[in-house]
Amino acid sequence: MSSRDDILGAIRRDRPAPLPLPDVPMFDEGRADDLLGRFTAAFTMMGGKMLDLPADGDPLAEIRARVAKAGVVISMVPEVAGNTVLDPELMPSKLENVDIAIVRAAFGVAETGSICLTERELGVNTLGYLAQHLIVLLDPADLVVNIHHAYHRPEIHAARYCVFHTGPSATADIEGVLILGAQGVRSLSILSLPRA
Amino acid sequence: MSMTDNDSSFDQNGKRLENAEATSRPIHAKQREAQPKGAIDRGNKPIDHAEAAKRFLAAPEHLKFHDERLWDLRQKRDKQMHGLPEWEELRSLASAIKEHTLTHLDTYLEQFEAAAIANGATVHWAKDGDEHNRIVLGILRDHNAKTLIKSKSMLTEECGMRHFLTDQGITITETDLGERIQQLDNEAPSHVVVPSVHKLRSDISDVFARTLGTEPGNDDPHYLAESQRMTTRPLILEADAGMTGGNFIIAETGTVVTCTNEGNADLSANTPKLHIVSVGIEKLLPRVEHLGVFIRLLSRSALGSPITQYTSHFRAPRRGAEMHIVLVDNGRSARLALPEFWTSLKCIRCGACMNTCPVYRRSGGLSYGFTYSGPIGLVIDPTFNKHKFSNLPFASTLNGSCTNVCPTKINLHEQIYAWRKVMADTHEVPFAKKTVMQAAGVVLGNPKLYRAAIATADKALFSLPRFALYSRMNAWGKGRENPATPGQNFHVWWAKNRAAKAATAKNGAVKS
Ligand code: SF4
Repeated sequence: MSSRDDILGAIRRDRPAPLPLPDVPMFDEGRADDLLGRFTAAFTMMGGKMLDLPADGDPLAEIRARVAKAGVVISMVPEVAGNTVLDPELMPSKLENVDIAIVRAAFGVAETGSICLTERELGVNTLGYLAQHLIVLLDPADLVVNIHHAYHRPEIHAARYCVFHTGPSATADIEGVLILGAQGVRSLSILSLPRA
Repeated sequence: MSMTDNDSSFDQNGKRLENAEATSRPIHAKQREAQPKGAIDRGNKPIDHAEAAKRFLAAPEHLKFHDERLWDLRQKRDKQMHGLPEWEELRSLASAIKEHTLTHLDTYLEQFEAAAIANGATVHWAKDGDEHNRIVLGILRDHNAKTLIKSKSMLTEECGMRHFLTDQGITITETDLGERIQQLDNEAPSHVVVPSVHKLRSDISDVFARTLGTEPGNDDPHYLAESQRMTTRPLILEADAGMTGGNFIIAETGTVVTCTNEGNADLSANTPKLHIVSVGIEKLLPRVEHLGVFIRLLSRSALGSPITQYTSHFRAPRRGAEMHIVLVDNGRSARLALPEFWTSLKCIRCGACMNTCPVYRRSGGLSYGFTYSGPIGLVIDPTFNKHKFSNLPFASTLNGSCTNVCPTKINLHEQIYAWRKVMADTHEVPFAKKTVMQAAGVVLGNPKLYRAAIATADKALFSLPRFALYSRMNAWGKGRENPATPGQNFHVWWAKNRAAKAATAKNGAVKS
């Protein structure tokens, strides 16, 4: 007998009497207002930086200024140009020299301040981790109330790889002292900007 | 030089951040002190938790930091709980979803396997740790892979994989900072979420100076973490294979879900061409929509943050890459057959029961002598080796706090008590009550030392049960009050259980 059959056989022989599966409510009552405000509060508490929207003028000015000063910048969005084009066939490890990566979130989660990325937004998945800094454009119309809603979005079923980022890479494994940029990006900035 | 805090602990508005596992206030040991080592492994001989705990208690700087640090995590968890009106409903849902899945585990495993194969992954089944290790080695050999980067996995610790693969010539690099520290120090993790929480910054500085060549005596956590980032990254980029565990796997879609703060699971899975997943069969959930309940509970219970920095869903291999999933039993199907203990399989390894346990906080995870420590360790370690871990169920005050914080509502303190009966009935312990006093008693029996060590206190659960403080030689069963415990208190529970007759323990529930 194979181990597979042994394991399944043992479970069938000894499993406890069946118990029912409950329905999961959406828990969204009274929380559907001011999604961007809720998102911002949660996201900044997780160490993320919301980029300011100037009252007048170019919302992308701050990002453009950062790009101009940086070394290798890869942009996956039409709104801002990088200085290096991502070859989708590139070996994932070759992205180690990227200073700034700019992507657009598939959607965001107001409850937790998370943004969702898949292989479609990232081009090469390691872009979201090997880059030193990650800048994300988020359309406020793409915000969902909470994690329950996030799991009803199509991305989670369609994408090969789907990830929620909530702030930058972090650790506190040394005496509980917070360190940003543990293994992945050192900073995560978000600009609220409707899709073009 | 002051090394208390720096800018990264605050958000753009100057508010203290609540992410990752960071403390809500600086806790800093005052002086250097040798790190107490864990329980002595004497093969199949029972682990002497009390002996190891005594040595931990004799290291006041480590004791104080450990106790305060974990209690801080517990308090951060409470804050999250209070901020979520549906908290209790989520716990009930989590418990019910897990119980449903576990009582239909065979069909969900088959569904998961079919979905994963349809996604292009390869599924392997391992009956025990040895088979798991051999399967992983086989996959690596098939791909001519000699270097492996991995994210934290308690399952691979449980299987002893690192030693096995290292002996076979595979170079393994742990990418979780805490786990990397433990690997470099050649020591097991002491906590399922924060593996090196028993170490002070000075201990880590010593380990890094010895193994990574950092500046001796430089205790700055930022310097130490950055050194680790710089030395680990080349190993990540060059690795032949990557490995992750799985916090959850989804039967409907064949998806593997990992939750990390460092993004190291994403690096391990997305950088090399080969992604190996090791996951216990109990990690299944039926559908994606069920994940929401668990993701909302996990990090809040573990660290007091609403979610981990990264929640990653691996459904199918990347184009041009391979994904292998090893489903591991290693005693889980046998545990499912134990009427009193099968619900321990609901555990999502959040560590909340450990953080709240006065015995755990004061003895350190390494005192338990196995991967799983604290209350959940007391309950599942004996299923791996009843004789070796026969003393563990006595390392508890039965105060019930573990049960109260558990996000999947495992009745931990009742299972701990049930194990005591099993151990007594099967003569694993000659004199149960005496052992009680030796085990929990040694940790809790010296209130002066305890109070001296702990400056701060939440007078509720932080304080010790009265009977432990004032009635040292009093057996637990005398029904002293335990003023701190919410919910059913100990003596009510004891009376009820005693009435339920000791005979129930003799129904042959336990397989050795
Ligand atoms: S037993 Fe409960 S509280 Fe303890 S680690 Fe498991 S899920 Fe968390």
